[in-house]
Amino acid sequence: MTKSVIHTEGLTRKFGDFVAVNAITFDVKEGEIFGFLGANGAGKTTAMRILCGLLEPTSGKASVAGYDVYRQNEEIKKHIGYMSQKFSLYENLTVRENIQFFGGIYGLTRKELREKTAVLIERLGLNQEADKLVGSLPLGWKQKISFSVAILHRPKVVFLDEPTGGVDPITRRQFWDMIYEAAHEGITVFVTTHYMDEAEYCDRVSIMVDGTIAALDTPSGLKKQFQVESMDEVFLQLARGAKRGE
Amino acid sequence: MKTFVAFIRKEFWHVLRDTRSLVILLGLPVVMMILFGFALSSEVKNSNVAILDYSNDDASRLLIDRIDQSQYFSVKERLTSEAQIERVFRRGEARLVIIFPQNFQEDLSHTNQAQVRFIGDASDPNTSNIVINYASSIFRDYQNELTEQKKLPYTIETETRMLYNPQLKSSYNFVPGVMTLILMLLGAMMTSVSIVKEKETGTMEILLVSPMRPLLVVLSKAVPYLFLCFIDVVIILLLAVFLLDMPIRGSLPLLLAESLLFILTTLSLGLLVSAVVDSQQTAMFLSLVGFLMPALVFSGFMFPIENMPLPLQIVSNIVPTKWYYSIVRAIMVKGLGFSYVAKQTLILAVMTVVYLTVAIRKFKIRLA
Amino acid sequence: MRNLVFLLQKEFRQIFRNPTILRMILIMPIMQLIVIPLAADYEIKHISISVVDQDHSTYSSKLVNKMTASGYFQLVEYTQSYAQATKTVGDGKTDLILTIPAHFERDLIKFNKAQLHLAADAVNGVRAGLGTAYAAQMIGDFNREIREEWMLLPKFNEMPQIEITSANWYNPHFDYHLFMVPGILAILVTMVGAFLTALNIVAEKEVGTIEQINVTPLKKHEFILGKLIPFWVLGMVSITLGMIVTFVIFRFLPVGSFFTIYAFSAVYMFGVLGIGLLISTFADTQQQATLFAFFCMMVFILLGGLYTPIESMPEWAQWLTRINPPAYFIKIIRAVYIKGSAFSDLIPEFLVMIAFAVGFNALAVFNYRKRSA
Repeated sequence: MTKSVIHTEGLTRKFGDFVAVNAITFDVKEGEIFGFLGANGAGKTTAMRILCGLLEPTSGKASVAGYDVYRQNEEIKKHIGYMSQKFSLYENLTVRENIQFFGGIYGLTRKELREKTAVLIERLGLNQEADKLVGSLPLGWKQKISFSVAILHRPKVVFLDEPTGGVDPITRRQFWDMIYEAAHEGITVFVTTHYMDEAEYCDRVSIMVDGTIAALDTPSGLKKQFQVESMDEVFLQLARGAKRGE
Repeated sequence: MKTFVAFIRKEFWHVLRDTRSLVILLGLPVVMMILFGFALSSEVKNSNVAILDYSNDDASRLLIDRIDQSQYFSVKERLTSEAQIERVFRRGEARLVIIFPQNFQEDLSHTNQAQVRFIGDASDPNTSNIVINYASSIFRDYQNELTEQKKLPYTIETETRMLYNPQLKSSYNFVPGVMTLILMLLGAMMTSVSIVKEKETGTMEILLVSPMRPLLVVLSKAVPYLFLCFIDVVIILLLAVFLLDMPIRGSLPLLLAESLLFILTTLSLGLLVSAVVDSQQTAMFLSLVGFLMPALVFSGFMFPIENMPLPLQIVSNIVPTKWYYSIVRAIMVKGLGFSYVAKQTLILAVMTVVYLTVAIRKFKIRLA
Repeated sequence: MRNLVFLLQKEFRQIFRNPTILRMILIMPIMQLIVIPLAADYEIKHISISVVDQDHSTYSSKLVNKMTASGYFQLVEYTQSYAQATKTVGDGKTDLILTIPAHFERDLIKFNKAQLHLAADAVNGVRAGLGTAYAAQMIGDFNREIREEWMLLPKFNEMPQIEITSANWYNPHFDYHLFMVPGILAILVTMVGAFLTALNIVAEKEVGTIEQINVTPLKKHEFILGKLIPFWVLGMVSITLGMIVTFVIFRFLPVGSFFTIYAFSAVYMFGVLGIGLLISTFADTQQQATLFAFFCMMVFILLGGLYTPIESMPEWAQWLTRINPPAYFIKIIRAVYIKGSAFSDLIPEFLVMIAFAVGFNALAVFNYRKRSA
């Protein structure tokens, strides 16, 4: 049995009276692609921010890469990668400069940086664009670069917050190829998405409804459990019962 | 039309939900009115004086006492040598040093001729000038007491009247100035930044694919600011009348109508900026240097336009604030009617039309 | 330390790519230092005068000649109708009306006493006050001349007299620019520093890159230092540029030492950046940041003693100036530029500057919660 990289137990976060995340418990195994689904307002983003060390939980336990979210949030940050739904590279820096900057603050040496930058640019086929400003590139490319930068320092876990929003199906497919590759290299992938076909690509999927985890299993297990043909229907069945809307 | 109303409603919510900004937008005129009305005055009072008294006799002591008693001065320091003067000035501890030579009183009573020396810190030339004048008049009064003033023949008496502002209140100057500044800030700067923001974040594209005409999308963003501007004008007028006792001598409807015209001028300036600029920082910088600074400099409320060198006087004519300022002064302070401000009104109207036409044309090109 | 190097590299790259920042640094000092001092001329000259002469005598024309010859007054109208002159005032074309009533000359000679009337457009109180004072002085002189014509003056030196001699140190020619320019220099760096820092940090919030920074192992103080240092450098560049412009246009060099100016600027700049930082913690959008920064600047400048003396303010306002960093800096820059104050003269002010720098930054850091929701 492989060990868990993310572990939570009764993890809760309240904002005043509002319970955004209500006692969720789950484990994510090393090298797994873990889909984190839920309607808008279900509490996905809050849970993810806690796991990234951005937000303190109100109660419950959680650890990421073996570090406690209460006390060791700065340690957590060293061992995770993060890519948000908002595009988060600097638009007025070039591709090369962005890689250098983010690699640099994750502690890569100048020598490592040079090598990795070269490899990355080669692999993404960006030789022509390496010294162009990121702002001038198409969205699909930006997101691929963003992902590559997020795993540049070989983190234990990478958190992807709706990484494929707004890009075409072909780019999405390519993006998922990159995700598989990363998982293959032992990086655990924690991904939120709105696309149910993407949920099918995950090893396991959890679905959040109203701050709690309503279901957690492999995609095929979920379909069997709800006796439906697709993840879409699983999601709809669960989401229909939701009390809070957007 | 229905969609337009819906858009305006959306923009209103947008502006009203940002309470922090709202507090400042409505608070700024209040703070400025209070500062100008009560804190700032070009009158010179309580200036610090240092005394170097070599004679230390009854006459010098009496004079020092009178200086200290006067509201214009407070005696801060007694020096013992001229070498200390430099230090006092360099540390900014006094604006004026008064030096009584030895035997001041003796000279005065025996030879009828005594001397006194003033040394002013003229790094602030106006204040130094005024301070020396005040001090001189205290000495002259003393001298006149010693002389029994004889009634002189062939006397011309001058009777002086201050028109419009008998108590020489400074509010008559700054109230119109505060109005122009606030309207420029809200109408031009805030509006342009808010429109450019949509361009920058890309939400403009989403708005533009809506069934609305692009121009109306842009206009709907200006409408809430129009209302805010108008509210600020009303706040300023209320404060002027009730806090600063400054009556509105002319017609209130005329004043409000002219203000509305000027608000339209500033909004069209804001639209113009947002049509040509792509980043919020540029819009802000352009408004700051292009509108707010000129509004401060050329509205004549801080600096008299008559004193400016000719090139600047010419430039001041193309700045809309100058014209609005003179309209407000004419109506509010002098109580004059429309015929006195017709020229300025026409100029503002022409400016507004020109800005708006250019802005619309630019927008059409870019949005097409 | 390593992280800081990467941060600084990134910030400087972004700054050099941002045309607005560069324009702000370059154009602001030139615009402000050229336009404001030229415009901000407080010396009241060219007072326009309308004369209502109902006497048409030798004396009345003599008086009018005397006034116009003085150089203070500009005769815009010579009429017999007071109503006409009032209309001119209404149009804003004249500042002062001098009315010489009928029989002025006759009354003066026959009855030893005659009247003149002055009326001033007092909308601008300062101008009216000075205009009437000048006019009164002219009339006084004119009166003395007439007396001299008609009688022998009594021997004044038989009465006690105090002879006042006055000297004007540092600025004997009353050059108003010498007073304004260093003050504007101080305002300039304050505006550049506060606006740029606030906008820059808020822009990262608005675009969302700050989120990305927050999940990296970067420490709070590293991020803040990474922002402060580049803008501190920009602030120092801007004051240097300002001093160059000052020299090129006005030929002013500080009487005191450059060392004193830079020493104070270096500490003051950190205080200003702290204000910018503090503003950025209250703002989520650049529009808010602009507004907050503008508000602060307005209050700071008005209470900074730039053009009205602080001693003349009421007690509560004077108290506010004591917690107003630009008020100190304006005073310091003026003292060094005009009076040549040395560092040792300004030690209390230096301590205050340090207190501001530490205070504002501490407040900002306290407010900047990296782990906030």
